[in-house]
Amino acid sequence: MTHTIATQLNSLLAALILLTAFALLAQRKILGIVHIFAWQGFFLALSTAVIGFASGEHHLYISSLMTLGMKVILLPYILYKLVHKLKIHRDIEAVVNIPTTMLMGIVLVVFSYHLTSPIRELSTLMTRSTLAVALATVMLGLLTMVTRRHAVTQILGFLAMENGLFFAATSATYGMPMVVELGVALDLLIAAFIFGIFFFQINTTFESLDVEQMAKLKETD
Amino acid sequence: MSLHPFAIELLQFALLLGLAPAFAGWVKALKCGLQGRNSPGILQPYRDIRRLFGKDIVLAENASWIFRFTPYLIFGVTTVAAGIIPLVSTDLPFSATADVIALVMLFGIVRFFTALAGMDIGTAFGGMGSSREMMISSLAEPAMLMAVFTVSLASNSSSLTHMVSVMGHSEFVIRPSLAFALAAYIMIALAETGRIPVDNPATHLELTMIHEAMLLEYSGRHLALIEWAGMMKLMLFFALGIASFTPWGIAVNGDFASLILAFGWLLLKLTAGAVLMVLIETGLAKMRIFRLPEYLGSAFLLATLGMIAFFILE
Repeated sequence: MTHTIATQLNSLLAALILLTAFALLAQRKILGIVHIFAWQGFFLALSTAVIGFASGEHHLYISSLMTLGMKVILLPYILYKLVHKLKIHRDIEAVVNIPTTMLMGIVLVVFSYHLTSPIRELSTLMTRSTLAVALATVMLGLLTMVTRRHAVTQILGFLAMENGLFFAATSATYGMPMVVELGVALDLLIAAFIFGIFFFQINTTFESLDVEQMAKLKETD
Repeated sequence: MSLHPFAIELLQFALLLGLAPAFAGWVKALKCGLQGRNSPGILQPYRDIRRLFGKDIVLAENASWIFRFTPYLIFGVTTVAAGIIPLVSTDLPFSATADVIALVMLFGIVRFFTALAGMDIGTAFGGMGSSREMMISSLAEPAMLMAVFTVSLASNSSSLTHMVSVMGHSEFVIRPSLAFALAAYIMIALAETGRIPVDNPATHLELTMIHEAMLLEYSGRHLALIEWAGMMKLMLFFALGIASFTPWGIAVNGDFASLILAFGWLLLKLTAGAVLMVLIETGLAKMRIFRLPEYLGSAFLLATLGMIAFFILE
C-alpha cells in the first residue's frame, strides 16, 4: 500500500519537475527564473527522499539533503546575491515567440518518451516511468540554453540540465554511487564560483550580460 | 419512489434556467464584497431580465434575419447543453446523442452566430468585438478539447455521463494528468466565459471590451435572452468542470433522496467554485489583448502536458 502511494507521489513530483522545466522556458523575469529553479530543486529533493523511503536505499536520503542544501538554498542564494550585485534584478529578458518554444518543448517531451520506452519495458524499478520525464528535463534545459541570450538564464538552463541528469540517475538505478554524487556536488559548487566570476567579467567588459554582445569579439576584415 | 429519466432531464433544464441568474448574482455579490462595495443582492439578475423583457426592441434598419434570429439560437443551444452535462444525475437519456466533443461544438455554434450578429449591423464596435472574440476562441478551443480529452482518457470514454460515473466511483489515486487538465480548464473557462484576465464583463469601455462589443446593438427581449444565456453559459462551464474533475456525490439514478443530496452537493460546489473564481478575478488585472496568445498558449501547454503525463506516468 505504501509502495503504490509512494509511486503515485513520485509521479506527481515528476510532473511538477516537468512543469518547472517548462516554466523556466517561459519566464521572462530574471529573479523569477531563479525562484523557479529553486522550486525545481525542492521537488527533486522531495522526490529523491520519497524514492529513498520506498526502495529502502538509505543513501538516497543523503543525496536528497545534499540537493536541498545545494540546489534549493546555496545556488539560488549565490545567484540571488549576484543578480543584486550586478543590478539586473529588475531585468526582463526580451524573448521572442515563447509559444513556439513551448511547442518545441512538447515535441522534446514526446521524443524523450519514445526514446526511453525500451528501458521502460526492461526495467523493474518503481521509478521506471519517470525516466522519460528526467530525459525531457535535460532536453528542456538545453532548449532554455539555446533560446535565451542572457548569461544568467543560460547558466540556469545548464543547472536545470544537471537537475535532469540527477533525476535520471535516481529513476534509472536508484541513484549514483555516493562518491560520484559528492564529486558532482563539489563540481557544481566550483562551477557556481566560476560563473560568478565570469558574470562580473562579462559585465565589466560589455556592460551587459547579453551574450549576443560577444559577437563583437570576432575579428572582422 | 424515483423519477423517470426524462423527468430528470426536465428537472435539469429547470435547474439551469432557474439557478443561472442566481449564480451570476452570487458571483457579483462576492465580487462586491471583496471590493468593499454594496452588492445589489443575488436576485438582481432576475430583476434585470424581467425589466429587459418588458422593454421594446430597437432594431437597426439594415438588420438582417441573422441579427433577429441569433438571440433565440443562442438561448436554445445553451439550454440544450443542460441536457448533456450531468448536474444532479448521470441518468440522462439525451447524453447518448452528444458527447463532450459535440458539447464544445455547441458552444462553438453560439460563438459563431454571436460573431456574425456582431458584424451584421455594420458598426465598427461589432466588427472589432467579433474579430477579437474569434482570435480568442480559435486559441481557446483546442486547449479546451485537450483538457477534456485528458479526462476522457482517464475514464476511457468521451460521453459525459459515462466519464462522470467512472470518475465518481473509482478509488482515490493521485493523478498528475488531471491536475494539469484542471489548471488548463480553469484558464480556458475564464477565457470562454469572458472573465477578468481575458475580458471584463462589467466594462463598456470601447477599447477593452470583447464580448460586450458584439452585443452593443441588442435591446429589449433579445438582450434579455442573450444575457440569460450568458449566465447559463457561466454556470454550465462550472458544471462541466465539476462534472469532469470533482464528480463526487452525483446521483446515478432518479431516486429522490439521492437527487436531493446531489442537488445539495451541486450548490455547495458551485458556491465554492464561485469563491475561487472571484478570488482569481480580484487578484489579477485584465491582460493586454496581445498578451492573450501567450496566456492561451500556456493553457494549451498545460492541457497537453496533462495528456502526456497520462501516457508517461500513469
